[in-house]
Amino acid sequence: MATFTLPANSRIGAGQTHKAPAGAKRVKEFRVYRWNPDDGQNPRMDTFEIDLDQCGPMVLDALIKIKNEVDTTVTFRRSCREGICGSCAMNIDGTNTLACLKPIDEVQGPVRITPLPHMPVVKDLVPDLSQPYAQLRSIEPWLKADTPPPPDAERLQSKEERAKLDGLWECILCFCCSTSCPSYWWNGDRYLGPAVLLQAYRWIADSRDEATGERLDALEDPFKLYRCHTIMNCTKTCPKGLNPAQAIGEIKKLIVERRG
Amino acid sequence: MDARDALMLGRDSEGRLVRRPLSPHLQVYRWQITMTLSILHRITGVGLVIGTGLLVSWLMAVASGPVGFAEAQAFFGSVLGRFLLFCWTLALFYHFCNGIRHLAWDLGHGYDLETFSRSGWFTVGATVGLTLFAWILGYALLG
Repeated sequence: MATFTLPANSRIGAGQTHKAPAGAKRVKEFRVYRWNPDDGQNPRMDTFEIDLDQCGPMVLDALIKIKNEVDTTVTFRRSCREGICGSCAMNIDGTNTLACLKPIDEVQGPVRITPLPHMPVVKDLVPDLSQPYAQLRSIEPWLKADTPPPPDAERLQSKEERAKLDGLWECILCFCCSTSCPSYWWNGDRYLGPAVLLQAYRWIADSRDEATGERLDALEDPFKLYRCHTIMNCTKTCPKGLNPAQAIGEIKKLIVERRG
Repeated sequence: MDARDALMLGRDSEGRLVRRPLSPHLQVYRWQITMTLSILHRITGVGLVIGTGLLVSWLMAVASGPVGFAEAQAFFGSVLGRFLLFCWTLALFYHFCNGIRHLAWDLGHGYDLETFSRSGWFTVGATVGLTLFAWILGYALLG
């Protein structure tokens, strides 16, 4: 259901301000979403003033600096710091991206950081991704084939067949796209969302996979697939430059084409 | 019933159940040209349904005889009536132009961000242009 306002327990209050150390010349404000399951309070926005001369270039660098030097309780996911693990996906300056790939100086004014939108919050910037993960399992993201592979060899593909997977295999499942999609916000209980549909198309487009018909059958559903209204927030926000909206369009096209 | 409700329950450090907050969405998401044009398509669609009701009321007035017709004409000729008609034509042309974009997407075209943005702004321009053209033509024909 589309509910445009936040529930009462989710409204964001004012938080604490941590001033920059005296003598800092290039001060940047970071406003970070905080929620702690232990204190029984509503979420709040804490302000951290950071001296950019003492900080790395990316938003993740600032978050790590805050955690190391200002407030060790600030909670967020991160791992690779180079845009390949997808852990540090969050909403920065109003759009979803990976904190490790977002340069601080791309943001004018204070850097507002909140968790991926319209998700249950585990703590601070950590959202519960159980729903999209369960949806990913539901599309059975593995190669399905009845034909046995050739003995002592791989299943071969032509260069052209392999090229069809470009723009699909690169997805790191950070769910920036799904959580940028208003359709997923309102109907994410049944709509699979751009990330999972792109994964579904990754297997449909694979020449080695023999379950295309079965996969299309499973997707031909008013909610799972057709809640996509080509809003395109997904493609606009993808930190890897992929195009989930196009992948969804291709699935819709295949479903029409197979009717003949 | 939303299956996601189950995920709104979490536990604190003592293992007690707590209600989790929902992370902010519309409240923080920066308005994108993408979502703006999309919601406009929905809004103009609803507007067209209402406008069609007005059109039907006008046709009924025509059928009801000279008195009813004169009353309807007076309403549609008033400032409010003309304003509603203007909004209706604006909605019609927007929904029409953006509908063509939707047809192109259904055929698999126009998904790259640059084309998407260009076709979006073209739709906005064409809507304004076509609406003004229709009204200028209308007033010119009235003389």
